[in-house]
Amino acid sequence: MLFSDADITAIWLTTKLAFVVTLLLLVIGTPIAWWLANSNSRWKSPVNALVALPIVLPPSVLGFYLLIFMGPKGPLGELISTLGLGTLPFTFSGLVVASVIYSLPFVVQPIQNAIEALGKRPFEVAATLRAGPWDRFWTVLLPQARPGFLTAAVLGFAHTVGEFGVVLMIGGNIPGETQVVSVRIYDHVEALDYGSAHALAFTMVAFSFVVLLALYTLNPRAGFTTAIK
Amino acid sequence: MMYRQLSIMLLCLGASTCSLAGSTRIAVAANFTAPMEAITHAFEEQTGHTVSVSFGSSGKLFAQVQNGAPFDAFLSADTAKPEALVNAGLAIKESRFTYAVGTLALYGGDSTDAKRLLESGDYNKLAIANPRLAPYGAAAMETLQALGVADSAASKLVTGENISQTWQFVFTGNADIGFIALSQIIKGGTPPTGAWVVPGQLHSPIHQDAVLLERGKDNPASQSLLDFLKGDTAREIIQRYGYATVQP
Repeated sequence: MLFSDADITAIWLTTKLAFVVTLLLLVIGTPIAWWLANSNSRWKSPVNALVALPIVLPPSVLGFYLLIFMGPKGPLGELISTLGLGTLPFTFSGLVVASVIYSLPFVVQPIQNAIEALGKRPFEVAATLRAGPWDRFWTVLLPQARPGFLTAAVLGFAHTVGEFGVVLMIGGNIPGETQVVSVRIYDHVEALDYGSAHALAFTMVAFSFVVLLALYTLNPRAGFTTAIK
Repeated sequence: MMYRQLSIMLLCLGASTCSLAGSTRIAVAANFTAPMEAITHAFEEQTGHTVSVSFGSSGKLFAQVQNGAPFDAFLSADTAKPEALVNAGLAIKESRFTYAVGTLALYGGDSTDAKRLLESGDYNKLAIANPRLAPYGAAAMETLQALGVADSAASKLVTGENISQTWQFVFTGNADIGFIALSQIIKGGTPPTGAWVVPGQLHSPIHQDAVLLERGKDNPASQSLLDFLKGDTAREIIQRYGYATVQP
């Protein structure tokens, strides 16, 4: 057998995490991208910088602060405990929250760029044709900015699958709950079980290549030059 | 420190005796960071050799040595990895010895009676090092078995990749208690209040072995450092940091 049961559990968990995070990111990222693309507010630059932070911060910094903020003594941890929801570290929900923060720029920026490239004109024309805001969103923005949304979804998904440092810091390595593929590979390497490490690591390389190949085939102009400004 | 290195360099420029002051590069398991810094300092003072130390998890250092990392000696957190390097022909068999024996401690802050909390089961999470990777983790599992609380603890276990991360989980309050290395919490030779120093008979001994690597076998500074580790000065430092030592 190529994979042990625990390996398969990790693969399944990673896939589930990536799907949940990508969906949430599209829902959260779209309004942020819309606002950033259209706003002239003086808050635009600070928000842009804040969204882009995870690109430059090492995962150890992000993981360390998340561990403190989400922990029982941290502000977010205290808030969530007061709501009776327990604390986030060592849980699947905790990984979702961390991954949403960590992958946010990879989703916001392609959408933001696509909206900026469209300009205001298609929306003004649609408005003169009496299209309401929702109508404009569904019939103008989504179809016109489709490549941007596609790039955003693929990058958000792939970046979450490839996440390691943050999960390592706040996950606690619990099988079926927080033990994702990248952490599992690390364990195999540390335990000198290089055979199992190879099986998972090679799968990861192949998967990432196929995802990016699909992205560039569907959307030849996508890439980090357009995804990340 | 800078001045001393500089003066050694100047000395070497003018004298032919500079072979006396050599340098060595060693790889050391992360849990031994604090005592190793003190030992290195004492060693450099006494011999004039300079030591460059790379700290990391034993597994990673092992993989690096296997792939040609420029280390002269390896201080592992276990016995298996030095042995594997000997078997792979990358380390000198006769040089292998136990430089420290780790002490396991259960801790959850100064105001928590850690052992009572563990036995009552009234805690959110119990942090241990990954038993598959870290000898401290394996020892923690054996201790839970010996206390008869392994079943009640099973659903509350969170594992750190190494003993440093396990301590981080406890320190940030994310886990109420955790099995960590006594060396991480000991101050001036005394454990903090509330900590339970696990008696050695509850688990297999945590032997940490050192070995001279093939690359360092002709370097007098490397051999001299390993000899220094066996001596009284180093042993006294090692014990002060919460480890036991064995007679070589």
